[in-house]
Amino acid sequence: MRGIFTALGLIATSMLPLGPVGAFEIEDERQFGPTSPRIEVLSTTDIAILEPVITAWIEQTSGVGLRYVMASSQEVFKAVALEGARFDVVMSSAMDLQLKLANDGHAIGLPAELLVDLPAWARWRDLLVSVAQEPVVLVLSEAALLPGEAPPRSRRDLIELLRDAPDRFRGRVGSYDPAVSGAGYLFAAQDARLSDTFWRLAEVMGRLDARLYCCSVDMLDDLDSGRLLVGYNVLGSYALSRPQARYQVIELEDYTLTLLRSALVPRNAPSPEAATGFLRFLLSRPGQALISEGAGLPAIEAAAFERKPHLRPIRLDPGLLANLDHITRQRFLGEWLAAMEQP
Amino acid sequence: MTRPLSLRRRLVGQGMALALVLSLLIYGAVRIGAEQASQAALDEVLATAAAAMAEELRVAEGGVSLSIPPATLSMLAAMGDERIFYRVDLGAESLTGYDTLPLPPRAPGALAPEFFDAQFLGADLRLAAVARTLRIEGRAVTALVILGQTREGQRAIATRLANRAAGLGLALFLIAIPLSLLAARGLLRPIDSLAEAVERRGPRDLRPVRHPAPIELEPFVQALNSFIARLRGTLSQTETFIAEAAHHIRTPLAVMRNEAELALRGAQDETTRARLRHLIRAADDSARSAGQLLDHATVLYRSGQGEMARIDLSAIARAVAERLTPAAEMKDIEIVTRHDQSMFVEGDAVLIEAALRNLLENAVKYSDSEAVIEITSQRNGAMAEVLVEDRGRGLGGEDAARLARRFRRGGNVSDTVGSGLGLTIVMEAAAAMGGRFTLTERNGGGACAAFSLPLA
Repeated sequence: MRGIFTALGLIATSMLPLGPVGAFEIEDERQFGPTSPRIEVLSTTDIAILEPVITAWIEQTSGVGLRYVMASSQEVFKAVALEGARFDVVMSSAMDLQLKLANDGHAIGLPAELLVDLPAWARWRDLLVSVAQEPVVLVLSEAALLPGEAPPRSRRDLIELLRDAPDRFRGRVGSYDPAVSGAGYLFAAQDARLSDTFWRLAEVMGRLDARLYCCSVDMLDDLDSGRLLVGYNVLGSYALSRPQARYQVIELEDYTLTLLRSALVPRNAPSPEAATGFLRFLLSRPGQALISEGAGLPAIEAAAFERKPHLRPIRLDPGLLANLDHITRQRFLGEWLAAMEQP
Repeated sequence: MTRPLSLRRRLVGQGMALALVLSLLIYGAVRIGAEQASQAALDEVLATAAAAMAEELRVAEGGVSLSIPPATLSMLAAMGDERIFYRVDLGAESLTGYDTLPLPPRAPGALAPEFFDAQFLGADLRLAAVARTLRIEGRAVTALVILGQTREGQRAIATRLANRAAGLGLALFLIAIPLSLLAARGLLRPIDSLAEAVERRGPRDLRPVRHPAPIELEPFVQALNSFIARLRGTLSQTETFIAEAAHHIRTPLAVMRNEAELALRGAQDETTRARLRHLIRAADDSARSAGQLLDHATVLYRSGQGEMARIDLSAIARAVAERLTPAAEMKDIEIVTRHDQSMFVEGDAVLIEAALRNLLENAVKYSDSEAVIEITSQRNGAMAEVLVEDRGRGLGGEDAARLARRFRRGGNVSDTVGSGLGLTIVMEAAAAMGGRFTLTERNGGGACAAFSLPLA
């Protein structure tokens, strides 16, 4: 099982920034409003999530349409950085790849009025703006806790819980596989950067034969069905998008990573004016309200971090470039595997 | 037409030019200084970050491993929202990072980082390269870590600083305008005040200029004083000559008069006697003229030196009246003096005496026999006044100022011998001591001469 993941990891590694050039893979696309004039948006977010905002924008700016193209974060990066695909707005939850696009000069500067209300942590220079923030959470299946047992509030609690009942949790703890999932690697690397507990947790999970997933959907299915008791580092928006699910979502209080979904206007955008207009709408009060209520993605607000001091936005700066370094990645994954394979 | 040289304009101009140069210097110094200082500081940080990255290189099984510290990149970028690029080479092969990032022009030494500038992906980069030798499977391999950052933030800060310096320079320049105006005025004030002091002097004031003057004006004041001294020398030579001449004339005239008187006593012939009497009178008048010339020279000379003292004007008037009484009695003229009290004035006794004597002599000369001349000393406001009133022929319609001109005589005196210097002496003596002299027709005939000096 682990051998397969390792192999997959190697494939993912080789695909990273230096992957073979070819047309990027489109998962889904849809046309809103008129086809001409229109702006083209390339995004990793499901169409359904952003549909209310896009519809509202189309209504407001009568006459301009929008073509929405959805692809995986790797494909989005490949399309812009390597294939020179012409899009007006590029949105992605892969902060590291977005930052690399901006750092490597693929983004144009946005007007200052667009940036003034945005907190410093929610943008990088005038090139990259965050349109949504979402916590990275712990998900506990209903069967995870015995009656009367208190849910863990920190990683330390979680380690104790797992350590004290190895029989209950063996084979039923899950997380993203950092070797396969870009988001999983980002979260693990951030965890390693922020605390030492992470490595102890990795060891404990390794001893419990943790299951590693490529995607949120599979993990949440297993949590829902009870096959998995603990899901660590799950994207909050996905976990919360299933109101009937039989699991609880916990924001750990020692710290909870917060992912920023960011957007940029590429240098080769056909209509940068309209693209800026779309971003302005996304960042406006009604736009943010539509994103958080209609789409279920928390809006960008500094107040959230005051209410919940444990929330840590992942730093949107060139420190993320280290995340993409394949040598660094190799070393990290090596350490990760070593921790997971503890006897 | 060329404008005369203006010191003030020149001073202001030079002050402003200086301020302009200073402003530009400040701007340049801040601009270059700020850029160099921040460049040097940022280079240090960049080299340290590159070294920190190089330290993360580990020889591992099957090659080299590296863990790029994200905090290092974060900090590098945070210093001004900079873009970051890096490249790690192992020997001749690229290990990781941007494998097209430019290489340093010279290979960095063992411990010395190499800095260079380059263009990459449309950005101007400042780069630092550090080298580290690793032993891989018994071979020494040089690892090269190149770390580059944009310097847009630094440039923005330097520009902001320079703009502030430019503002400061401009403010300095604007402040310099009124300041240099003020400074020029302050500098030129001693010259103005010196000029004013010289201007205020009386026409006969030939004392050296003692007005305080700045050292730089001292040569000018000295030149002025030596000129005044020469002028005074020339003037006093002239006065001395006149005095000498008058003296030399008076002595033979006195001898001639004596001889003529003796001859008159011995002469029987009426024609001869008449001629002799005529001769005597001419000798008298000539002696008087010579005396007046002497007086005039004295007045001119002394009014330049001014030996001023506190003296009683009425006492002098009384003394002069007494001295002239014998001469008046010869013409049966009575001199009536009225001196109420002492009147102290600031003046030169010799000048006052010469003035009053000439006045009284004039009155005696132009009065008929048995006339009365009144001399009155009195206060008139802030002045001490001596009035000499006669019943002579008056001014004959001419005004005092005209009569007082040198060698100018009245139109009604052709029958009397005179030099025309008498009133000039009085006028000049009064002016030298800040006094006044007026000559008016007297009610009921005759003239009224008023000589007044300010009370001390």
